[in-house]
Amino acid sequence: MENRIELIKTEALEALSQVADAEQIKSLSVKYLGRKGLLTLFLRNISELPAEDRPEAGKQANIVKKELEAAFDAALNRAEARNRENPEDAIDVSLPGRPVTRGTLHPITHVTRQICGIFSRMGFDIAEGPEVETDYYNFEALNIPKNHPARDMQDTFYVSDNIVLRTHTSPIQVHIMEENAPPVRIVAPGKVYRCDSDLTHTPMFHQVEGLLVDTDVSFGDLKGVLEAFVHEMFDETISLRFRPSFFPFTEPSAEVDIVCVMCRGKGCKVCSNTGWLEVLGCGMVHPAVFENVGYDTRKYTGFAFGMGVERLAMLKYGINDLRMFFESDYRFLRQF
Amino acid sequence: MIVSLNWLNEYIAIDISPAALADRLTMAGLEVEAVTERFQYLNSVVVGRIISTRPHPNADKLRLCDVRIGDRTISVVCGAPNAKPDMKAPCALPGTIFPNSFEIKKTVIRGEISEGMLCSEAELGLGPDKSGLMKLSDEMVDGTPVSRALNISDTVFEIGLTPNRPDCLSFLGIAREVAAIVGKPLRRPEKKMPQTYGRIADFTSVTIEAPDLCPRYAARLITDITIAPSPFWLKERLLSIGLKPINNVVDVTNFVMMELGQPLHAFDFDRLAENRIVVRKARANELFHTLDGKERRLADDTLMICDGQKPVAVAGVMGGVNSEIETATTRVLIESAYFNPVSIRKTAKYLGLNTEASHRFERGVDPEVTLIALDRAARLMAEIGNGRMVEGFIDEHPTPSSLPTISLSTSRANRYLGTDLDQAQIVSFLRSVEFAVEIKNSETLSVVPPTFRVDVSRPEDLMEEVARLWGYNNIQTTFPKISGVTTLPNQGISIKNQIKDMMAGYGFSESISYSFVARNSCDRLRLSQTDDRRRMLDVLNPISEELAVMRTSLVPGLLETMSRNLAHQIKNLKIFELGKIFFSNGQDRQPTETEMLAGLWTGAGIDMTWHDTPVACDFYDLKGVVEDLLRCAGMEGVSFSQLPETSCFYTKAGHSAQILHEGKVLGLAGEVNAEVLSDFNVRQPTFIFELLVSPILSGFKENRMFAPIPRFPFTDRDITLIVDNHVQAGDILEKVKWFGEKLMEDIRILNVYTGSPIPSGKKSISLRIVYRSYSETLSDQQVNRVHQQLTDRIIQEFNATLPV
Repeated sequence: MENRIELIKTEALEALSQVADAEQIKSLSVKYLGRKGLLTLFLRNISELPAEDRPEAGKQANIVKKELEAAFDAALNRAEARNRENPEDAIDVSLPGRPVTRGTLHPITHVTRQICGIFSRMGFDIAEGPEVETDYYNFEALNIPKNHPARDMQDTFYVSDNIVLRTHTSPIQVHIMEENAPPVRIVAPGKVYRCDSDLTHTPMFHQVEGLLVDTDVSFGDLKGVLEAFVHEMFDETISLRFRPSFFPFTEPSAEVDIVCVMCRGKGCKVCSNTGWLEVLGCGMVHPAVFENVGYDTRKYTGFAFGMGVERLAMLKYGINDLRMFFESDYRFLRQF
Repeated sequence: MIVSLNWLNEYIAIDISPAALADRLTMAGLEVEAVTERFQYLNSVVVGRIISTRPHPNADKLRLCDVRIGDRTISVVCGAPNAKPDMKAPCALPGTIFPNSFEIKKTVIRGEISEGMLCSEAELGLGPDKSGLMKLSDEMVDGTPVSRALNISDTVFEIGLTPNRPDCLSFLGIAREVAAIVGKPLRRPEKKMPQTYGRIADFTSVTIEAPDLCPRYAARLITDITIAPSPFWLKERLLSIGLKPINNVVDVTNFVMMELGQPLHAFDFDRLAENRIVVRKARANELFHTLDGKERRLADDTLMICDGQKPVAVAGVMGGVNSEIETATTRVLIESAYFNPVSIRKTAKYLGLNTEASHRFERGVDPEVTLIALDRAARLMAEIGNGRMVEGFIDEHPTPSSLPTISLSTSRANRYLGTDLDQAQIVSFLRSVEFAVEIKNSETLSVVPPTFRVDVSRPEDLMEEVARLWGYNNIQTTFPKISGVTTLPNQGISIKNQIKDMMAGYGFSESISYSFVARNSCDRLRLSQTDDRRRMLDVLNPISEELAVMRTSLVPGLLETMSRNLAHQIKNLKIFELGKIFFSNGQDRQPTETEMLAGLWTGAGIDMTWHDTPVACDFYDLKGVVEDLLRCAGMEGVSFSQLPETSCFYTKAGHSAQILHEGKVLGLAGEVNAEVLSDFNVRQPTFIFELLVSPILSGFKENRMFAPIPRFPFTDRDITLIVDNHVQAGDILEKVKWFGEKLMEDIRILNVYTGSPIPSGKKSISLRIVYRSYSETLSDQQVNRVHQQLTDRIIQEFNATLPV
């Protein structure tokens, strides 16, 4: 019995929620509460119920009747209020909003932050160092003696025989180790300079250096950290390969290729159809470097790595011309 | 290093595909940077049979040939004198592109159609003969691609060698690596020697006067030799790796250098005064004609090869014209030496000469290959040039080399690499690359590297060998243990990041300019001659004059950026840069590096939209940014004051503010003056600020204290004052705050006005002062009384009057 009344109520409210127009509300009101309305009929037929149910059914039906009357009245009021408003007042919501001028950060800043952020979460601190370095910090302390062919690996800007624009962020490693006893875990972002300028080289660019020194650090650990980094930087499906290479300050040394993020290894222009992209250099810190900073090579081992920020930014944003980073074209800068 | 697969096959039987070989080499540390098919262009050059020839109607020297190329006959215009019927010759068909980029097309030559080109040996790049068509064997079937008919195919690998692997700067060296990778035996060149006569000691001698720079010098003598072009096989070898054949003697020296890695030199023995060799240092400023035809001034530490009287070669770098092999040469002295790498490198740098020889010597040549290479070259020369070899050789070997013995612990190697290799595996890897390994006990190996591995001296070097032969990618990935120590994030970097974020929030876009600028950039900013920013650091070898000195200001970069963007019709610009400037402390000392933040605003302050009419930006737009930035950084005690006219270099006097923090200069903000703007081809008003970053870092407050929210309402009172024009509004605000009236909560400037009815030389300033108590609602009387006192003091202090 109660179910029947509840059903009428639910149905009526549901129907009411579908209409906004005053006339429709009125006709709904007639359908449920009018002289031949559903609820009215129910009340009229209450006498056909068993005697003991009648008082309760009547009570329920009257409550529902009041609720519905209130709901229809309110809906009607709202509809009539809307009718009273002047439709000429409506605004053109399709007009553009008042512009808010947001500035932008350089893509190099975005990518540097992302790189440092990933390593920070792995417990690395962030360090910086001077951009104009002594020959000692840029080369000799890193096991690159004067007159060594390894110096040809980097075209150096000289300020004098003994002062250079740093060619890599690796000197920061040396500063950090000179100033701190192990364990050490740092990443060091910064500008670096090489005497090279063409389609694929700018005389200034950005690197992030990394260094971890502790007891029992292995080449496997290096692989683990860099794999975690690449997976966060790009995604979990990007696989890495480590290729033997040479850096005077690491032994063994490796270059890290990742599966081309553009073609997923199928081969494309970006990866010169190899399916691989070279993104990182790394290796186990050379014992000569430890000796130079006074670390005990019997006790400590470590690894170092370095990457070019522009290269990663180009991959991340699909930028195809390195020089755009430093041309400061507003139409470029505003995109990031 | 350029490697031809055909040539490499001489030393090792390679049965994997070129692509697979390239991959294996790369993964072993010899990065293959390019793989090319050398004779791809010969696929569309076919064997042609000349059916008939007849004179070209319009050209005396040309003939028209009908050439059969398998299933069809084509017409070819040909100028070769030896073209005759029934001859078979290579015919390049349209579409062929030769290595020199020359493309064969169907053309009309003097009115006659030519559907291909009959070629000479030289035109095909198969040899130097260009006298006529290359004659092909009669057995060859016409129409067959020449590459197949002559069985010509070769893959060329370009290997990017790292400086630690000079041992791979030779075919034998690469073959050694391949042997280790594929597990096959190496085939070394034969050592058989020809008949000899006489005794070398009776002919010549070698004196080493600088044994530190020349630890070993060996020589052999060949007589009765005929100088001629090399045989085809030898020329082909050299051409395959891009070397130009010269003559049989020179070609042999180059061939052996490429084969064994030992640079050699051949002297015309009869042009050596006193028929002997002296190895000594040059005399300062001595002049010498090198083989490339240039006269060079020598440094006094340059190692020279001399005869009895004069220099005849720059040791290890380049020979001299005065002892060059000539057509008439009959006796050849072959030099095979070991020179000090550092000395050769210095000389090559000093002379700006990077030769195949110096490249090898400066990286380190195998000290034990000296005699092997000498014998190999002598034998080949005698054979090819029909010469006679003199018995014996000279080997001045004053300082025999000693090899390191390295102790390698298996367990340490495994810990270091993260591997689990057993000793036997390690031994086998090391032996595969010719290391001598002695097993001391189950844990320790005693290892002597081969003489050609000049890069190996420590256990870690051996570990790298093991790792690369095992395969880096077979090493298990692990993760370092987490250290229990945490450190605070680098404060400076995080604040700089916040500053950048704020600037972006104010609508500025970040730019990054080169740290080097043009030498005249201080002049362009109109800086005084004594300005500190003229302490510029020179780059000795700049990329260009535009990038010749380290910047001492971010402003030129911003102005350049603006200028470039305006040229792209971008008239509204808000940019900033955060970066270092460099003050020289002398060229032989590190400069002082100072971090700066600078911003530039030009064009619209409010841009034109359907809501607004455009308003150009002005000084106060920029100042608002700087004020908010410094406020957010928690900098207290910042003030702006007129920058004295004598300090306004690139900014407009009277429109420039000095920004002070606790009395110290923090930066400046102002409008760029017309002179500087026009220098940058800019005409529109432009505003710039510069701030030192380090005071912001040290003044930055991460934590700020909560201030209670007032519970009682405020009351405000406005007042308009007429003051002298020179009175600075900022001073009034400062002063009023300094009065320290407790009930005054805020003071704001509502309006500044000059002009009628304000008398000239005066201006009116309207202020709104807000009063509030934290303990009660102020009554009108209370406020009036305080306001009266305050305004009286202001009027008195600034000699102000009230409007009439």
